[in-house]
Amino acid sequence: MAKTGAMKSKHQRLILAIIALVAVVAAGLLAASALKDEAAYFYAPDDVKTKGVEPGKAIRLGGMVVAGSLKKAADGVTITFDVTDGKATVPATFTGIAPDLFREGSGVVAEGAFDETGTFVATELLAKHDERYMPRELEGMNYNAATHEMKADR
Amino acid sequence: MHAFANPARFLKIARPLTPWLFWGGLLLIGVGAYSGLFLTPADYLQGESVRILYIHVPAAWLGMGGWSAIAIAALMQMVWRHPLAGVAGRAIAVPGALFTAICLVTGSIWGRPTWGTWWEWDGRMTSMLVLLFLYFGYIALARASAEEGRGIAENGGVSRVTAIFALVGAINLPIINRSVVWWNSLHQGPSITMRGSTIDSAILWPLGLTVLGFSLWFGAIVLMRMRAILAQNKVEARLARLAREG
Repeated sequence: MAKTGAMKSKHQRLILAIIALVAVVAAGLLAASALKDEAAYFYAPDDVKTKGVEPGKAIRLGGMVVAGSLKKAADGVTITFDVTDGKATVPATFTGIAPDLFREGSGVVAEGAFDETGTFVATELLAKHDERYMPRELEGMNYNAATHEMKADR
Repeated sequence: MHAFANPARFLKIARPLTPWLFWGGLLLIGVGAYSGLFLTPADYLQGESVRILYIHVPAAWLGMGGWSAIAIAALMQMVWRHPLAGVAGRAIAVPGALFTAICLVTGSIWGRPTWGTWWEWDGRMTSMLVLLFLYFGYIALARASAEEGRGIAENGGVSRVTAIFALVGAINLPIINRSVVWWNSLHQGPSITMRGSTIDSAILWPLGLTVLGFSLWFGAIVLMRMRAILAQNKVEARLARLAREG
């Protein structure tokens, strides 16, 4: 009799623990999904297009530097480039020393604000590293995002 | 699991297992670290700083794995009243916090040359820092309840509040894991997924050695700490009995 009583309270505790866990996980996921926009570290160009960011508002802009868009101004320290997320592209400019890993075709996160003409004026540049790690000999090979395979150029 | 409910039986297994885990882990860490520092090529973009991967990833894995283990121990304490669960929770907390801190520090050191910043408040970094603070909270709660002496015999000195805290804190684990997927973040997305690895095998292979090595070593330290806590409980119980018999 005592044995079945112990079993019963053990089951009760297990059920109670499961209900509590489900409630806590649900609350956590709800909070996380409510944070979805707020906790984003940066705006993608498409977010800027669809949501609209007024000029002068301090934000972070993140995306890929469009290949062939990076240009150095005559003063030698100002650069202009286009940032894209594949859906939208916005022009950006930065005056200062860019991080070593900042380059065309690579990820970037820029802090700053849009000016009246729609150009993003960055006050700080961060290079965003992607999830690929490979030896130097493999550089320039084509990466297939679907199969994770490397293929030599042509 | 209840086969190990008896501390004497647990000690009989833990004592011979500890040196194997400790020295085996250390050997794998040594081989992995040597390979990672001297045998693998530098990354095409990151250069030599890619090598911090071989400690950053095991540290992140053990920081999160440690809290998972604490949460499982808390569940075993709450539901099955397993007498070793509280002991295990207390034993895991300090090394878990240490590896979380190592993960944050190595990530910061890597971030400076790679991203151009020591620290940014993006989703991955912030949630990992929260994990470190959760460890501090757990350590403080567990220590307070152990010093009060409540439930030493039954729960290894970990109060029910501490166990609930461990379970609630576990919600942070999926948030850390998904933070780079749910939100735009500075930290890159996962390299190793169910579909394969985007880390080239020439760079990847020592990572398996250091992850396994640090995991074994972590296990050895947890077993040592569990034995120390059990021994201390025994001493305290004996002192209390002597004081009573006085």
